[in-house]
Amino acid sequence: MTESHTLAAQSLTLAYGERIIVDGLDLVVPPGRITAIIGANGCGKSTLLRALARILVPRSGQVVLDGKALHARPAKEIARTLGLLPQSPTAPEGIVVADLVGRGRHPHQKLLSRWSERDYEKVAEALAATGITDLADRSVDELSGGQRQRVWIAMALAQETDVLLLDEPTTFLDVAHQIEVLDLLADLNRDRGTTIVMVLHDMNLAARYADHMFALRDGHLIAGGRPSEVVTDELIRTVFRLESTVIADPVSGAPLVLPRGRHHSPEPEHERGSGPDSMHQLEHRVEQVAELELSYSGGRDEH
Amino acid sequence: MTVMDAPPTSAPDVRDLVVGRRRRRRHRLVVTIVLAAAVVAVFAGTLMVGESFYGPVDVIKVIFGQTVPGASFTVGDLRLPRASLGLLAGFAFGIAGVTFQTMLRNPLASPDVIGISSGASAAAVFGIVVLSLDGPAVSLLALVGALVTAMAIYLLSDRGGFAGTRLILIGIGVAAMLESVVSYVLSKAASWDLQTAMRWLTGSLNGADWASVVPVAIACAVLVPVLLAQQRGLGAMRLGDDLATGLGVRVPRTRVLSLLAAVALLAIATAGAGPIAFVAFMSGPIAVRLVGPGASPLLPAGLVGSLLVMLSDLVGQFALDGRYPVGVITGVLGAPYLIFLLTRMNRSGGSL
Repeated sequence: MTESHTLAAQSLTLAYGERIIVDGLDLVVPPGRITAIIGANGCGKSTLLRALARILVPRSGQVVLDGKALHARPAKEIARTLGLLPQSPTAPEGIVVADLVGRGRHPHQKLLSRWSERDYEKVAEALAATGITDLADRSVDELSGGQRQRVWIAMALAQETDVLLLDEPTTFLDVAHQIEVLDLLADLNRDRGTTIVMVLHDMNLAARYADHMFALRDGHLIAGGRPSEVVTDELIRTVFRLESTVIADPVSGAPLVLPRGRHHSPEPEHERGSGPDSMHQLEHRVEQVAELELSYSGGRDEH
Repeated sequence: MTVMDAPPTSAPDVRDLVVGRRRRRRHRLVVTIVLAAAVVAVFAGTLMVGESFYGPVDVIKVIFGQTVPGASFTVGDLRLPRASLGLLAGFAFGIAGVTFQTMLRNPLASPDVIGISSGASAAAVFGIVVLSLDGPAVSLLALVGALVTAMAIYLLSDRGGFAGTRLILIGIGVAAMLESVVSYVLSKAASWDLQTAMRWLTGSLNGADWASVVPVAIACAVLVPVLLAQQRGLGAMRLGDDLATGLGVRVPRTRVLSLLAAVALLAIATAGAGPIAFVAFMSGPIAVRLVGPGASPLLPAGLVGSLLVMLSDLVGQFALDGRYPVGVITGVLGAPYLIFLLTRMNRSGGSL
């Protein structure tokens, strides 16, 4: 079992130039748990994660790991405790999977030192845990999006950190691969006790996989707690400015958000009917679905 | 507990990994050794071959300070400084170029394409022609010119981040501007001959003497180790600055140290041999192709740079009718590659 580490933000203020993104935020990441940070676009959730990973230097306040401020500790020492998977890492052209995963060993290696026995073991373990052992000698360029994401996660595993921060690890993946990645993270948390903090767009997946959630709006922490406490229709209204109905997910029991939108509300006219009306309603629905898909793919491109 | 207790599932994986990694390591090692041997061979060849041929025994005698009639002057005063300058300047260009290309994650971002060599060149030619400087003062002025140019390009492209197409396009513009400065200064100095002009326009080893070799040798001795010490950090930065920080690399420190060392090497080599066209630009990609993508390309790129300069100089001197400065030959090699990369950038939006 891994020892538990405490990661906390203390009156953290983050800014890009003049623009203040996060203002005086305090939070404590629950050790040994999966934490999801949710919020609307531009609410500062990725910025917060970047600060927790010491990529962004705080304007004021500090991030504290095991009681010591991050900036006061040697970079490599932190990198043996705190791992990060950013949103869009780049793979050098033509690099093979094993070598890329091996880069995760960087904080454990000295200048010019060769790979140790342990380096090999940890890389092999990471490849096995992510199910890409067979791809070890393949070039990363040849892989599909889902496989590539597993390679990056394998690299983070090879880093052997007790805390792992991930910025939207499921973006650009189809739903099957999203579940696969999140299952992998859940395994990691269960088997090794790794503390996981991730920014997730999909609220329902966040509610299902996280033990703890933080909801952000305009750089302020609106709520923090178990998903069943945090995800309510009132909170969704506050955080996303969206009307919704929250029900229990029939698969996992976690809260499930059903957004309403202008065209859908749980009023009687949308209830199942019979006779000539129902055919008409069905056509109407098909149109609505087509419209929804259009707007969904539009939003994604923009992102 | 015995060895047999090791988990049977992971054991073969580790062995496969070791095999795969050893194979790639051995490949890199062999390529590097072959490159180094080729550099030594071409260097030796350069000393022996010319208008008159001198055997290895004569050459070695001259190197160790004995007087050999004829050879002492031809080899000791002409060929040895020329070959040394070619070797050292080529190495400096190669390693400085690949440092830029690695750090900016773009093969087009080499210092001779984005105007930093032109900055050094313009400062050096200004120092020589207008201020009548020589020796270390010229190297120093070239260094200042290169640093100022690098800063200017950085500030001009700041909004787009330090990487990216914007920086490259601005750099190409700055390079064109500075090259016209070089031409202007040369045209104002009527007493300057064509050879000197060629040296500052395309780079040349003609008239190389020990005074121009020594600063480059010192720069290589001091700065190449600095760059090699950064190569692990630079390797991690190829994955993106965020990820490198996550891996415990001090990104700002690595970036500043590598940039300063690379700019200084390039400037001092330029002060010695002129901006030998496209050597910094071509060496890195050739080295990467040779050693494979997982390895650090710094040392191989330096060796490729030395080879390019020495071979091109041999071709320029002896293979064609008429003598051409080395920069004309490397320019002929490099320009098509630049066009190839530019067309590729247009298609793929500038990423590697």
